[in-house]
Amino acid sequence: MTVEAKKDASQERQKAMIAEHFNKLSRAKEDGRKVVYTFVPGNLTELLANFDLLPVLPEINALQSGMRGKTGDYIHLAEKSGHSEDVCTYVKADIGMLKSGNIGPTGEKLPPPDLLLLSYTGCFTFLKWFELLREEYDCPVVMLHTPYQGDGKITEEMRQYVAGQIRNVLIPELEKLSGKKFDEDRLREDLKRSAKAEDDLVWVLESARHKPSPIDAYFGGVYYIGPIFTSFRGSQDAVEYYELLRGEIEERIKLGLGPVTPDGVLNEEKYRVVVEGPPNWTSFREFWKMFYGEGAVVVASSYTKVGGLYDRGFRHNPDQPIETLADYCMGCYTNLNLPDRIKLLENYINDYQADGFLINSVKSCNSFSAGQLLILRELEKRTGRAGGFIESDLVDPRYFSAANIKNRLESYFQMIEAKRGKA
Amino acid sequence: MTIAAPAETATGRLGELIARAERLYEDLDFKAVAEWKSKDKTRRAIGFLPVYVPREVIHAAGGLPVGIMGGGDQTEIVRGDSYFQSYICHLPRSVIELLVSGRLDAMDGFLFPSICDVIRNLSGMFKLLKPDKYVHYFDLPQNFQRGLGGRFYGHEMREVATAVGRMTGIEPTDDRLRESIRVYNLNRKAIAELLKLRVDKPWLVPATEYYLVLRAGYMLPVEEHTALLNEYVQLVKDSGRRPMDNIRVMVRGAFCEQPPLALLRTLERAGCYLVDDDFVVGTRLVHGQVAEQGDPWDALADAFMHHSLPTPSVYDERHTKGELLVRKAREVRADGVLLMAPSFCDPALLDQPMLQTALEKAGIPFTSFKYSEDTGQFQVIREQAGTFADAIKLWGTV
Ligand code: SF4
Ligand code: SF4
Repeated sequence: MTVEAKKDASQERQKAMIAEHFNKLSRAKEDGRKVVYTFVPGNLTELLANFDLLPVLPEINALQSGMRGKTGDYIHLAEKSGHSEDVCTYVKADIGMLKSGNIGPTGEKLPPPDLLLLSYTGCFTFLKWFELLREEYDCPVVMLHTPYQGDGKITEEMRQYVAGQIRNVLIPELEKLSGKKFDEDRLREDLKRSAKAEDDLVWVLESARHKPSPIDAYFGGVYYIGPIFTSFRGSQDAVEYYELLRGEIEERIKLGLGPVTPDGVLNEEKYRVVVEGPPNWTSFREFWKMFYGEGAVVVASSYTKVGGLYDRGFRHNPDQPIETLADYCMGCYTNLNLPDRIKLLENYINDYQADGFLINSVKSCNSFSAGQLLILRELEKRTGRAGGFIESDLVDPRYFSAANIKNRLESYFQMIEAKRGKA
Repeated sequence: MTIAAPAETATGRLGELIARAERLYEDLDFKAVAEWKSKDKTRRAIGFLPVYVPREVIHAAGGLPVGIMGGGDQTEIVRGDSYFQSYICHLPRSVIELLVSGRLDAMDGFLFPSICDVIRNLSGMFKLLKPDKYVHYFDLPQNFQRGLGGRFYGHEMREVATAVGRMTGIEPTDDRLRESIRVYNLNRKAIAELLKLRVDKPWLVPATEYYLVLRAGYMLPVEEHTALLNEYVQLVKDSGRRPMDNIRVMVRGAFCEQPPLALLRTLERAGCYLVDDDFVVGTRLVHGQVAEQGDPWDALADAFMHHSLPTPSVYDERHTKGELLVRKAREVRADGVLLMAPSFCDPALLDQPMLQTALEKAGIPFTSFKYSEDTGQFQVIREQAGTFADAIKLWGTV
């Protein structure tokens, strides 16, 4: 079903970008560069770049540790030191990593933060996470309160509140930390580049409308969102990465190729599904294989929107540099209310002509998980398509039961077949 | 070990008062609210979820704020479980149970304060399940500057007041809001008296009674609640109840999902006086008195931003949660602290390691356990609390 695996140029490019970033981090102290820890959803990468600050994203460290099989021990360590088994494992993986010497994904030691930028877009646990880190590090914290879209919109009051905090709280603090003046022109230039890369990312994500889809918008998608969701948005590197990626996907469409998987190209697209919820990282490949092994391709996912809903039209706008950052912060997927999340998934199912949808409910994450059973029911009702529900975790290997998940997925794909038979 | 006077032993007028509070507590059909509404057809009730909303703004618009604290241990969960995975706390499933079984029908609207992702997402579920009702996620500020968080919060409060005013036909003017602040100030004063009495003479105020009279404030119009509190305090002062050989403990972590009454009884029977806690904390989150002069919206915003108790949901900029806990423990002369949190409650459970560090540093004994609103087995907790109490009695530490 699949043919030879080879790394695309875009993948190599991304790897090099990441390596360079971690290299910079490991040299931060000697180079006199300041380090800011902050979170992915609603991150203010362009603003940090404005002051030549280097971001560290603890969730990315946690997921990378998960992929490298380290989080079982890290979580154990955190639980031994008094953390409850009930709470988000990203936090515990991070605390465990810290207690084990803070060695980052590339094997180099991560520098401690000079500032914790606490924007808890879409998740309250972020707030607790940095309260906990604050106990470990002697550094200032800046709170950036991002209101939730409870009523399904960003109001002018919300925008002014966030923009006001960026202008009057965050920027002065970043100036103080870096000793540099805020440069609005530079921000505009960076935002222009952000928008350009965002255009290409959207193009890539929407390529999944093709049949067969040239991409997997979940398992493959997590790589595609990498640069733009993390430390590279606004950089020339990111622009070039997305140009390269887009070129590769254009080529795949021309050739009628399916997505690239760890075992090569998937050439027979049997099922098109939409996925809600984050993936599991500790058994990422095994999990992915349960899909491509059955010929299932994920054509759209909500997880690839946690760092921005670009495919619904948002672009960083250089003409309103601060307000656009505020809108970005509030616009991420988990900052949408439940009815809007359902609407978005419903649209995906229709727009991408999916056979059905799957929810991967992760134990760690109340932000995603609370309400997912209602999402399941509503989507089944509204679309009439097959809905599936599986449970795992992000980085706690104890909660990934391969046999169980595989069984469920197999029955799910049979359900799609059965629905097809009836149609 | 001597047994504390439990609620059921109260007799006479005190017994009647406690029985009334208990009926309100058990009134999960919210009949009392329906009854209140039946007296005037313009009356509207607004349910709010834990932890805190400024009830004054609902009151100013002529509405009755009603606390929805979950289904406790008396709600049979028939459908609620099918809405939530096993690893989510119990409160939302009992709240959904109340909703889908029609027991929240007396409410004309619902407010969901910003405390955690579960309550947040629950607001969206309500929107879907009750599209005809007013459902609003109430975003409390995390920035405490008047011109930023204060302004945003002022706007939120006005929005809610206007929405409630539209239902009642009563305009929430500044004067009306000032009057509501005044009325709630009287309530705060009465609560402060109760809290003080419990610290001074905990044997007069058994934990279950304390809980019931406080909780009654989530059902009754504020004026009635204040009267009830004042009467209760007077009655127990005159009750002649006698001290026992209990230790004095403080409770933290129960700020949202409420422990069952039987759990409070268990703790007391295990030899603990509860001299401070965070049960029904929305009744007294804002402490002290709110300014009755000047701009009432600013007064409420300032009160929340600068005179409220810490909860796990508020980012503590001044880095004082642990310090405040220690200070409070000393102030109420607590012998130890019980860190009890609802199972699967991220905010409370993630707070615990920080609180533990602060307590360790201060040399204050503590023990921790988890509960849920429908916990029915108390054997383990009784032993744990009993051992804790005995150790403190014997050695002054654990
Ligand atoms: S609760 Fe979810 S969004 Fe929040 S930190 Fe954990 S995994 Fe991330
Ligand atoms: S008990 Fe905790 S997790 Fe559950 S709703 Fe309350 S604050 Fe949220």
